[in-house]
Amino acid sequence: MVERRRFGNLIPHLILWVGIALVAFPVYLAFVASTQDNAAIANGQMSLLPGDLFFETYYKTLFVGTSGSTREPVGTMLFNSFVMAMAIAVGKIAISILSAYAIVYFRFRFRMAVFWLIFITLMLPVEVRIYPTYKIAADLNLLDSYSGLTLPLIASATATLLFRQFFMTVPDELLEASRIDGAGPVRFFKDTLLPLSRTNIAALFVILFIYGWNQYLWPLLITTRDDMQTIQIGIRKMITTSDALTEWPVVMATAVLAMLPPVAVVVVMQKLFVRGLVETEK
Amino acid sequence: MQKQAVFQSRLLPLLLIAPQVAIVLVFFYWPAAQAVWQSFLLQDAFGLSTTFIWFENYQDLLRDPDYFNSVVRTFVFSAAIAVCSLSLALLFAVMADKPLRGATAYRTLMIWPYAVAPPVVGVLWVFMLNPSLGVLAQGLRNLGFDWNPLLDGNQAAALVILASVWKQISYNFLFFLAGLQAIPSSVIEAAAIDGARPVRRFWTIVFPLLSPTIFFLIVINVVYAFFDTFGIIDTMTRGGPAKATETLVYKVYLDGLLGGNLGGSAAQSVILMAIVIALTAIQFRFVERKVTY
Amino acid sequence: MADVTLRDVRKTYAGGVEAIKGVSLKVADGAFCVLVGPSGCGKSTLLRMIAGLETVTSGEVDIGGRVVNAVEPAARDIAMVFQNYALYPHMSVYNNMAYGLRNRGLARAEIEARVHEAAQILEIEALLARKPKQLSGGQRQRVAMGRAIVRHPKVFLFDEPLSNLDAKLRIAMRVEIRKLQRRLKTTAVYVTHDQLEAMTLADLLVVMNGGEVEQIGAPLEVYQKPATTFVAAFIGAPPMNLMPAAHAGPNGWADSLPPGAVVGVRPEDLMLGQDAPAGGLRLPLTVEAVEHIGAESFVYGKVSSKAAAGDDVIVRVAADATPALGTSVAVTASRDKLHLFGADGRRLAD
Repeated sequence: MVERRRFGNLIPHLILWVGIALVAFPVYLAFVASTQDNAAIANGQMSLLPGDLFFETYYKTLFVGTSGSTREPVGTMLFNSFVMAMAIAVGKIAISILSAYAIVYFRFRFRMAVFWLIFITLMLPVEVRIYPTYKIAADLNLLDSYSGLTLPLIASATATLLFRQFFMTVPDELLEASRIDGAGPVRFFKDTLLPLSRTNIAALFVILFIYGWNQYLWPLLITTRDDMQTIQIGIRKMITTSDALTEWPVVMATAVLAMLPPVAVVVVMQKLFVRGLVETEK
Repeated sequence: MQKQAVFQSRLLPLLLIAPQVAIVLVFFYWPAAQAVWQSFLLQDAFGLSTTFIWFENYQDLLRDPDYFNSVVRTFVFSAAIAVCSLSLALLFAVMADKPLRGATAYRTLMIWPYAVAPPVVGVLWVFMLNPSLGVLAQGLRNLGFDWNPLLDGNQAAALVILASVWKQISYNFLFFLAGLQAIPSSVIEAAAIDGARPVRRFWTIVFPLLSPTIFFLIVINVVYAFFDTFGIIDTMTRGGPAKATETLVYKVYLDGLLGGNLGGSAAQSVILMAIVIALTAIQFRFVERKVTY
Repeated sequence: MADVTLRDVRKTYAGGVEAIKGVSLKVADGAFCVLVGPSGCGKSTLLRMIAGLETVTSGEVDIGGRVVNAVEPAARDIAMVFQNYALYPHMSVYNNMAYGLRNRGLARAEIEARVHEAAQILEIEALLARKPKQLSGGQRQRVAMGRAIVRHPKVFLFDEPLSNLDAKLRIAMRVEIRKLQRRLKTTAVYVTHDQLEAMTLADLLVVMNGGEVEQIGAPLEVYQKPATTFVAAFIGAPPMNLMPAAHAGPNGWADSLPPGAVVGVRPEDLMLGQDAPAGGLRLPLTVEAVEHIGAESFVYGKVSSKAAAGDDVIVRVAADATPALGTSVAVTASRDKLHLFGADGRRLAD
């Protein structure tokens, strides 16, 4: 890099600190609120420093739920969200890597037709076909079930394309060497291709886990029973229309809990996350 | 592009593609086809009889001032969100691209909001800007500003845009930073030797080299504003007050929730699909993509 | 141990392109056969057909008395060393070598014995736990060889295995491959575009061009009696000087040749000197460039005689006899050093 003046770096540092404060402030406020008394918050007399009700609020949030209603405890919602995120991530990776393997490493009739059939789904998010999909899920008896929550969200092409791209870069000689070494298609996949795809799978998993965890519109429609709610749906239902009835510390604790897993994934697995994000959008 | 070395087998590849093809057909093509088909039908109030009416649903929709307003609103939202979050993200990314002490920590601290779900974003901002108890709302009130997004449509729209921008900064930041780091330092050094001062260097060298990234992000941000704002709107304003934050997707959702006009709902979905396909096509057409299909 | 026989082997691709236009060839048990030719001549395709990686359009590929056209590569009892080595990047050196044996269901102890034996021969025992990424080019080459050796195959197939190495290492490995093959007495088929590599390695040299065999023979035989002008120009460096026979005249013998005949003479067979031996060749030259490579020099000259004006000729001379640039010299060759080819490029009977 060019040019380093003595105080040249002061302004960048300053601007970045402003940026970080900007993104962090709402979350800090949520955490602070989750440790305070509801009455103080409702009166608009909230302190900007953490209160002393941390354990009380989080215990209540996780295991009891809001008092005014029959809502499920957030622990159940976290469990549902986790199951959904895992199922979407694992399911998408599994069906995608298999179909990409078929498309790249075999010649069969309608191969290109199948490729385009999958490719076109890249363009249309579930939101644009939401009610017809809902109707089909209802017809198939999938309402209020984990399969109903996950299957329609597994139907997309990004992961297939990513694996296809990756497989195309694997040298042909590796397959030929495997054939001479006596490995058939199943063995080649299991012994060579799958281990080579490890990083890609991990990166994709990180992205898909976040994607699944943060789903909102589809779970909103497909779940009606309280014990099937994901945390994103639960938090919305906690905000009642009249401010007085909203238990803000619990809502904010739920918000913090809802953020925690995906944010932790991003921070801890930052390298994989960045790689996954850049690769899937490419 | 094709592999030269392949396996010979008839049955195995079909077994391998079967799960994905099945899911795509059942949960993608079937509903999409139904949406298109229904958009040509008129169903009576009890769902007892249906008539094929060609494009009448679309004509009704385009004549409906509510729908027209929603289209305009969605595009205004998209533009506002894209412009604000892109410029802020670019500013932060340019700063973070400098050889600073703690550069990686800055990056981590900037990108994590990507992982916050839209409804949570909505809840966070609603809490800060709630007219009666929000910390920021009180500040605004003290400044003499009459803040009440529950009644004032423009303020509600600003609230939604603000929260959406907040969430989108991290994503744009990440891609801008990657784009900046991909610019070879020798090019910048050459510009410095040619006598370009830092600001001029940015606008004449860095910004043009970054334009593919910018274009890509514009498309992505518009798509984001179309779809991912749903969770934010639903937790913040539920489309109100008086439809002031009712975007196209939110309108599809509300109209569907009320039931009633199935054909009209379907037509809305089809128009949305067309918009997304157009955006994707634009992206394929103009952005240099490394992917070869 | 087995011989390899090809009987009128042909390869036509789906588009109608004929890559191999009928090749017949017999490699004796334990012999080292080198397929050499310019890129695109079909030598790699032919090797891959022997390996079973390409289908055979017609003709027969026979390994050890068994026609293997329809046999899977793994069942042909061959081992192959690839140009880019094709090591499994996620497996250790040990596992790279053991993989093929495991797939064949060999006992654990047997696998271990074979891998260690091969590692010992190749002096890579210290590297067994490493991944391919952590190896140098030469070490990877050895592992690729090791993967072939442990299989105790009937035939080794090499597809330009040395072309990714630097010049010095290439020569060292060349010698080692030859020693190894002699020691194991395994039949080998080796593909290269480097004529020097081909000459030094081969028991049996097969020169290919345009999907056809130009000449098969022992390396010296091919060098001394090239069957065609293509072989004459391809084998040997610098290449043989070729010119229309008419340019060499007027000469007693040249006048009796069929029309369109070509006369060739190797750079080392040309002598500086004025007087042509009886029935030999004499060319007056202007020296245009000189390459000093140590004990000898190569002189690049243009012929200045009326009949052959403008022809380029290369002459090898001793270092201390090198003429100066721009001078005029004459070179001669005796009759028995001349190679004569017909208008179709084929060698005329001596």
